[in-house]
Amino acid sequence: MKILVALKRVVDHNVRIRVKEDGSGVETENVRHSMNPFCKHAVEAAVQIKEQNKAKEIIAISIGPIEAKDVLLNALAMGCDRAILLKTEKEQKIEPLAVAKLLKIIVQQEKPDLVFLGKQAIDDDANQTGQMLAGLLDWPQGTFSSKIELEENRVNVTREVDFGRAKISMPIPAVITADLRLNVPRKTALPMIIKAKKKPINIMEAKDFNVDLQNRLIVERISEPPKREGGKILNNVQELANIINELEAEK
Amino acid sequence: MRILVLATHDQNRLLADNARIIGAAKKLGGEIDMLVVGHNVRDVAKNASKLEGVNKILLLDDKLFSRPFAQLITPLLVQLADNYSHIITSSNSVGRNIFPRLAAKLDLMPITDVIKIHSINCFDRPIYAGNAIETVKNEQAKTILTIRASEFEKVGQEKEGEGEGEGEGKIENIKIPKLAINTSFIEEYRTKSDSPDLTTASIVVAGGRAIGSKENFALVKKLAKKLNAAIGATRAAVDLGYAPNDWQIGQTGKVIAPKLYIAIGISGALQHIAGISGAKKIVAINDDIDAPMVKIADYSLIGDLNEILPDLISRLKQK
Repeated sequence: MKILVALKRVVDHNVRIRVKEDGSGVETENVRHSMNPFCKHAVEAAVQIKEQNKAKEIIAISIGPIEAKDVLLNALAMGCDRAILLKTEKEQKIEPLAVAKLLKIIVQQEKPDLVFLGKQAIDDDANQTGQMLAGLLDWPQGTFSSKIELEENRVNVTREVDFGRAKISMPIPAVITADLRLNVPRKTALPMIIKAKKKPINIMEAKDFNVDLQNRLIVERISEPPKREGGKILNNVQELANIINELEAEK
Repeated sequence: MRILVLATHDQNRLLADNARIIGAAKKLGGEIDMLVVGHNVRDVAKNASKLEGVNKILLLDDKLFSRPFAQLITPLLVQLADNYSHIITSSNSVGRNIFPRLAAKLDLMPITDVIKIHSINCFDRPIYAGNAIETVKNEQAKTILTIRASEFEKVGQEKEGEGEGEGEGKIENIKIPKLAINTSFIEEYRTKSDSPDLTTASIVVAGGRAIGSKENFALVKKLAKKLNAAIGATRAAVDLGYAPNDWQIGQTGKVIAPKLYIAIGISGALQHIAGISGAKKIVAINDDIDAPMVKIADYSLIGDLNEILPDLISRLKQK
């Protein structure tokens, strides 16, 4: 069993982002970046499968600027065996469709049995890439997974859906996207990172892959959402009850 | 221009989202058809046909579609796509699963989680957990959208005898393309609850980590029952086992836009706020006056939840 894990470098989830005044985007210069949290769960799931001796090799892949090497190093420290970086220009934004097309080429070269991705990235919140890749490959998809169980030539995935959870069984190969309750990603200590530096990271240029990287959607502007102002601090439960009774009567 | 709406349902009932998705589709203008696909879903199709503004229902009723697998519904939509300029659905767990796959098959970039429609090809969607709004223009051959239902007004039901061929007459059976699936359904875990649907409820009561235990969460439920409100929770409360996963509100959970949101013991993490920005009024009950939730709430009461909640429940008018 060979697993490919796709991951994205994003603005760290603890950073309070700033929208640029000219509407051109979100400030990303000199802002802490890290591995997208959902991708961490995808890496952890793959590593756990390898630790159960059910996978031989885990390959981490990222598409992004040269700095994405850092998140790949993190994935290697968590337990991936080698990494691939499809390098883009520094400020180049690549849409999920182009990402899925690039990943498809790598899948065809590497022939993994499973591809794991985070269900969404916390920057563009698109929640698209995994489903698109599965479509382009004509593979089954198990999205928003909170449990993955391997069986002979099949994989069972418990999905988090609006009414609760649903468990499905898919033939291998398949694409699986990770939700936050899938596992608890391990922390990477310094010795693990030092050891990971010996693992190979193969860097290639994204533009050399014969995939149209031109964006399809035109971003007109990025703006701040309307601000909410804090209101009144109430003195006692009766005041609160009066307010709820009033608001309820209004509706 | 013609719009195709994929109806979302649980095989028995049309989900409440659909009336709002039609509301959004009407903003685009043009003829609106709805696809109802499932098994034994004739009643679902009938109910869909009554939604105001729906031109006709395309119905595919087949055992193969007893679960809404993306691998099955995608090729069906691809086959229908030629006739439509816009294909849209709810940004719920069914729509989010299917539509990116559909878009990739049509070699298109979809626009997911639309919260505002400026024109037939210009839309707003939230990014960075709602801390920024992206306005995007689409100049591709077709427009594939998932819509955040809570951000749009619902349409009503057409009255009997109104419009041409209401009800049954509007339903057109469509032929099944040659399809097969090797993915199978094993089991599901449905949260049993008689409270209203979270994403469309007009009052939502939610609890966070500070509730402290699964037992204490019963107080949140009791308050919700008294107000006939839907029940929500933060990711922390779900992770701690106080509440089931489908009650989670936020960036990765459900997005709500009630008239009144009551946040109990919820500190107000960015990821949670992402799910409640559409709430008209927010009331916070919290023991920490510096909590981010208190900073954005219209009204806050500071104190011990275990004392406040039973007292509050007894002082509220019975519905």
